[in-house]
Amino acid sequence: MSKIVAVVAEARGGKVKKPSLEAVSAARELAGKCGGEVVVLVAGAGLDPAKTELARSGAARVVALESPVLASYSGDGYCAVLVEALEPLAPAAVLMPHTAMGKDLMPRISAALGTGLVSDVTALHFDDGRFGATKPVFAGKAYQKSYMERTPFMATLRPNNFEARAGGGGAAVETRAPALTQEMLKAIVADVVSASSGSVPLSEAKVVVAGGRGLKGPEHWHLLEELAQAFGPGVAAVGATRAIVDAGWRPHDEQVGQTGKTVAPTLYIAAGLSGAIQHIAGMRTARYIVAINKDKDAPIFKVADYGIVGDVFEVLPALTAAVKQALA
Amino acid sequence: MDIIACIKRVAATDSKIKIGADGKSIDPAGVEFVLNPYDEYAVEQALRTKEAAGKGSVTVVALGGADVQKELRTCLAMGADKAVLIKDGGVAHDAYSTAEILAAWIKTVPHDLVFCGRQAVDGDNSQTGARLATLLGMSCVTDVEKLALDGNTFTAERAIEGGREVVKGTLPAVLTTDKGLNEPRYPNLKGIMAAKKKPLEELAAAAVAPASKVASLALPPERPPVKMLGEGAAAVGALIAALRNEAKVL
Repeated sequence: MSKIVAVVAEARGGKVKKPSLEAVSAARELAGKCGGEVVVLVAGAGLDPAKTELARSGAARVVALESPVLASYSGDGYCAVLVEALEPLAPAAVLMPHTAMGKDLMPRISAALGTGLVSDVTALHFDDGRFGATKPVFAGKAYQKSYMERTPFMATLRPNNFEARAGGGGAAVETRAPALTQEMLKAIVADVVSASSGSVPLSEAKVVVAGGRGLKGPEHWHLLEELAQAFGPGVAAVGATRAIVDAGWRPHDEQVGQTGKTVAPTLYIAAGLSGAIQHIAGMRTARYIVAINKDKDAPIFKVADYGIVGDVFEVLPALTAAVKQALA
Repeated sequence: MDIIACIKRVAATDSKIKIGADGKSIDPAGVEFVLNPYDEYAVEQALRTKEAAGKGSVTVVALGGADVQKELRTCLAMGADKAVLIKDGGVAHDAYSTAEILAAWIKTVPHDLVFCGRQAVDGDNSQTGARLATLLGMSCVTDVEKLALDGNTFTAERAIEGGREVVKGTLPAVLTTDKGLNEPRYPNLKGIMAAKKKPLEELAAAAVAPASKVASLALPPERPPVKMLGEGAAAVGALIAALRNEAKVL
């Protein structure tokens, strides 16, 4: 019997998002190395769009756990139905994206299965019959490689890190109705409040424009927002340093750095921020980094690809106008 | 209300990380070790919850070596009633064994609420809280930024991609704390004096081995050298050209 590499796909509103398709691709590659096949599990309600998408993701099989009780996310409820489905499969490995749901759900499944889990993985390994993973630690100041000594091997995968390759093929889709009742749930999502429409989440943005104390006050934040908007709708998000968040200029969910978010956009524009160690930890894996700072010796220039020495109040409006013109 | 806060001693976030001689761990020389920043919110929330209830206890627990006594005393000085150090015997535990060991101890003491930091800023795993809840059969919300308790039920808010989830559940619960939940207090002189007399119990960890074995620890690859494009707004044209022709992002 061949080894099973299982993927727990995340469906929100019945649909599968890109990080789950990246996880299926990574699972196919791992299955290729260990001589296994990919089985995708997905839990929720109204999963038809997800089932269609996952059937052509390149998996061998798709198991949909569908129940009205699973319409809203419940960590303990999702854990119960997924563990029930995973146990008879006896998978060699279980993967899921390192999203808000993956971070919440996979440790529970891992504890229930009595095994380990590697979080926020950037590379998967199969060497000499052992499963392993590489992950950033200390917010990316170092990378740790480890091998699992218990079964199954489990990992959550960093989004935007593994390529989502075209799948093809029509996987067999099996739909099951788990015997879960509302009364069995210990905690459940009662409401989801969406962020303002049109804004792209910091961790998913292709371009991040970030500012620090060089902006001199929250009333000047529009300079960053205007530059972000110049890239067009849904492309760029605005980030802030810890100093800005601690000063109350911006909310915590916009903080980039070791006690905020780690981002890996294609382009990171750092304006009026010096580049503290804990900030650089959160953005050094960006593909291209642009630094704009008055101080030519600011540490941010050490990690930047392109640097401009200058006043953000002069450079940002000029850059905004130039980006608009370039994209017009 | 009996409340437990789990803490960890970690390298401060402004530390420069150097790889140790074994190639598997950091070189601790010159590194300042502190209470994990997210655990400060856990301890603060535990204290506030007890204060609001008007009765109960706050016990702070850590798995680690003798040096964690410093962070445990800090928590006692903040106002915790009791500290427990589960000695790791020099074993570098992973999230699997950490949670198994903590759960084995928590089972032996009264616990209505367990607070953990969202993640420790060394391993960045964000697993311990959710694992504990599963092992203990408790409800759980991770990355809590807002919390309201009402008798035996709670409402918690957490950030997700592009929005926020409002989660309702019942006690007993494990809640992991994120920045924004509260403003942790600083220990005052009275608290520091009182902490010296508060109990700090030491016990041996349950015999659980880590699930994973570290093969190597390495620094990230160096980034290529910076290209300085000039000064002020006059350099913007060169930047646009570089982004378009070299980086191909425009």
